[in-house]
Amino acid sequence: MSAHAHRDDIGSKLGMWLFIFTELLLFGGLFITYAVYRYMHPEAFHLASQELDVPIGTINTIILLISSATIAMSITAIQQHKKKLTLVLIAATILLAAVFLVNKYFEWGAKIEHGIFPGSAYLDQLGYGDVLFFGLYFFMTGLHAFHIVIGMVLLGFIFYYVKTDRLKPDNFQLLENGGLYWHLVDLIWIFLFPLFYLIA
Amino acid sequence: MADEKHHIIPHKTLLMVLGVLIVLTLLSVAITQIELARWSGAAALLLAGIKSTLVLLIFMHLKYDMRIFKVMVGLIIALVVVVMVVTMLDYFFR
Amino acid sequence: MSEKKQHDTPKSYLEETGGRKGIFKWILSTDHKRIGLLYLYSIMGWFFIGVTLGLLMKLELIAPGKTMMGAQAYNATFTVHGVIMIFLIVVPGLPAVFGNFLLPIQIGAKDVAFPKLNLLSWYIYVAGSILVVSSLFAGGGAPDTGWTFYAPYSFKTGTNMLPAVLGAFVLGFSSILTGLNFLVTIHRLRAPGMSWLKMPIFPWTLYGTAWIQLLATPIVGITLLMVIGERVFNIGFFDPAKGGDPILYQHLFWIYSHPAVYIMILPAMGAISEIIPTFARKTIYGYRAMIISTMAIAFVGYFVWGHHMFTSGMSGTALFTFSILTFLVAIPSAIKVFNWVSTMYQGSISTDVPFLWAASFIFVFMIGGFSGLVLGALATNVHLHDTAFVVAHFHFIVFGGTGFAFFGALHYWFPKMYGRMYDKSWAKTGWLIFFIGFVTLYGPMFYLGITGMPRRYFDYLPNYHGPNIISSLGALVMVAGFAIIAINLIKSARSGKKTTANPWGGTTLEWHVPSPPPLENFDEIPTIDKATYKFD
Repeated sequence: MSAHAHRDDIGSKLGMWLFIFTELLLFGGLFITYAVYRYMHPEAFHLASQELDVPIGTINTIILLISSATIAMSITAIQQHKKKLTLVLIAATILLAAVFLVNKYFEWGAKIEHGIFPGSAYLDQLGYGDVLFFGLYFFMTGLHAFHIVIGMVLLGFIFYYVKTDRLKPDNFQLLENGGLYWHLVDLIWIFLFPLFYLIA
Repeated sequence: MADEKHHIIPHKTLLMVLGVLIVLTLLSVAITQIELARWSGAAALLLAGIKSTLVLLIFMHLKYDMRIFKVMVGLIIALVVVVMVVTMLDYFFR
Repeated sequence: MSEKKQHDTPKSYLEETGGRKGIFKWILSTDHKRIGLLYLYSIMGWFFIGVTLGLLMKLELIAPGKTMMGAQAYNATFTVHGVIMIFLIVVPGLPAVFGNFLLPIQIGAKDVAFPKLNLLSWYIYVAGSILVVSSLFAGGGAPDTGWTFYAPYSFKTGTNMLPAVLGAFVLGFSSILTGLNFLVTIHRLRAPGMSWLKMPIFPWTLYGTAWIQLLATPIVGITLLMVIGERVFNIGFFDPAKGGDPILYQHLFWIYSHPAVYIMILPAMGAISEIIPTFARKTIYGYRAMIISTMAIAFVGYFVWGHHMFTSGMSGTALFTFSILTFLVAIPSAIKVFNWVSTMYQGSISTDVPFLWAASFIFVFMIGGFSGLVLGALATNVHLHDTAFVVAHFHFIVFGGTGFAFFGALHYWFPKMYGRMYDKSWAKTGWLIFFIGFVTLYGPMFYLGITGMPRRYFDYLPNYHGPNIISSLGALVMVAGFAIIAINLIKSARSGKKTTANPWGGTTLEWHVPSPPPLENFDEIPTIDKATYKFD
């Protein structure tokens, strides 16, 4: 075996999946918290959920689903030697992510304007269930949004690597790994959406 | 040691899966109109589960990967579920 | 296997500089062996601080009343002592030092799967540990919640919690990345012929440990993040005044922290499983049982966390479930003890230094383990929870277990790491003094706990004085033993007698390469064709 690094794409993919498992467990702790407090305050959660904007939430869900499709398609594209299409698809993914964040910004803004934010006195006087529901809402969607930002940065690097041919049709594991990360972000939202928006 | 020929998922397949995912999303919104009370949580989770399975198997390529990946993902999901259930043993029976 | 004398003997990894000078050949190196030593030196540095804090506690407890510090100072001392010992020493401990150094060699690889990530893990470890230690000097007072950071006090206390909590959070990443690295290494980099069932037991235990590091740590990560959220934003997750449940904090905290003790003990058991066959000149008894037990401990260990919470207010169903699972998880550990002893039976025992550590490990580990069962039974737990009995239990099993195994591993693999041997007489003397001091320090705590002395109290009733004196004197003896061990090893690392590739007659792959090994471990990746632990 030569001393030069022998590329192990499967090992690289395995490493990425293992990292994804850590993220599942990270959010898993929050989903456990959600389950406990929803069990303890079912009516309050039900009512508080009505404060959330289902149309915006639905649109955001669909945006993220489309972005998942675009990044998956970029992996097909690079294997088909379609570099330009690959770049377009990666860029589309990043763009959709940005739109998601903008929507989130407006959603959060509306809540905060109405005095609904962690630690607010208004929230306190609404009662335990509301405090916990919105505490979880801000914490979980906030942590999720943080992961979206990281994903955008990661995909940005990957875009650059494809553009400069560091990633190629015969060497694109990094793109696949970036895609896996992006799908994870999507998966988390797939659960966040119904648990916060659709229990009204 | 060379990686096996990488299975390429056609664009068409990916777009079809996207279509199904969007339909399922709209469906989960629609069924909130039906008064399911205790079962609303279960229904929401069921549909989310189907969507995640599609994302995992197709978008994330699990269906075409080596079996070990599917095994690991399955075990991890099982672990999270069991930990959740054991935690709830406290709250359900207080 | 005789040592090959080549005309151009490859340089050892210690001589390879990668073109760097001084400290940079250490802190910029991605060589798993150097990284293992970097962890060793950092961990030993922090250990010195942790021991000092422990000694201060024992000095306070040598007599009733305030001896040298009041309640607040004592609370801060046991808190930071715990955080340092758990998060900076025993959790990283064996995997970071010996896992890093030995894993690639034992499976026939040149390095881990992601060497740069490995170095990053160490950087993260240093950053997190500096944060934790800095909490001692933090404005507002060192944290006083106990290393368990229980809510709501952890976000209500006026002491400066942030460095300690944030430090623990950062350290978690180091643990996760190490686990990730080892998992991919074991899956992908085993030498040809090194099937899963030919892998020695130490890598197997690192494998089980790595899964726990990977899967359990994120939960404490999110929990600590939530505590920070409570402190900064007053969210309400664990605040009863806002509807939060403090017991949920305990659940989330222990969902990690119980599996964490298996991170501590599994590699320790693995090291013992390497030492005993070598010094009994006999293959390990029940190789498959050892592997299955390892994975069983890792798996069942996820579901027993509630035994830390028996008196907290959980439901009866939870109490029963956790207690029975706790008894179940003891079984594979017992199987291991049986197998170690069976390995020794009719073996050709040589009571060399590593063997002494391994044998005494079995002794203290069993005491720790049995006392764990006493605590795992619901009725006795009510009586013993939060008493000195618990303190005795975890020191016997963690310090006795992981600690003794760490010292044993150090004395076993020292010649491989440095190419030199230490003074064996001094090593045996150090061991004996340490062992006597250890048992004297922690033994009386069982009695103190049963007769009702609480833990985490700086004061006690006069009737507890006698055993406390014995215990505190035991601490001094133990530290003296540790000093002898440390001085012996530090001296020998620099100027000990040079040694051969295989001074102990071990059979695993690390004994087939020079001491110290060359940079890439092997001239050629070996092909494995015979069973492990085959002694002639």
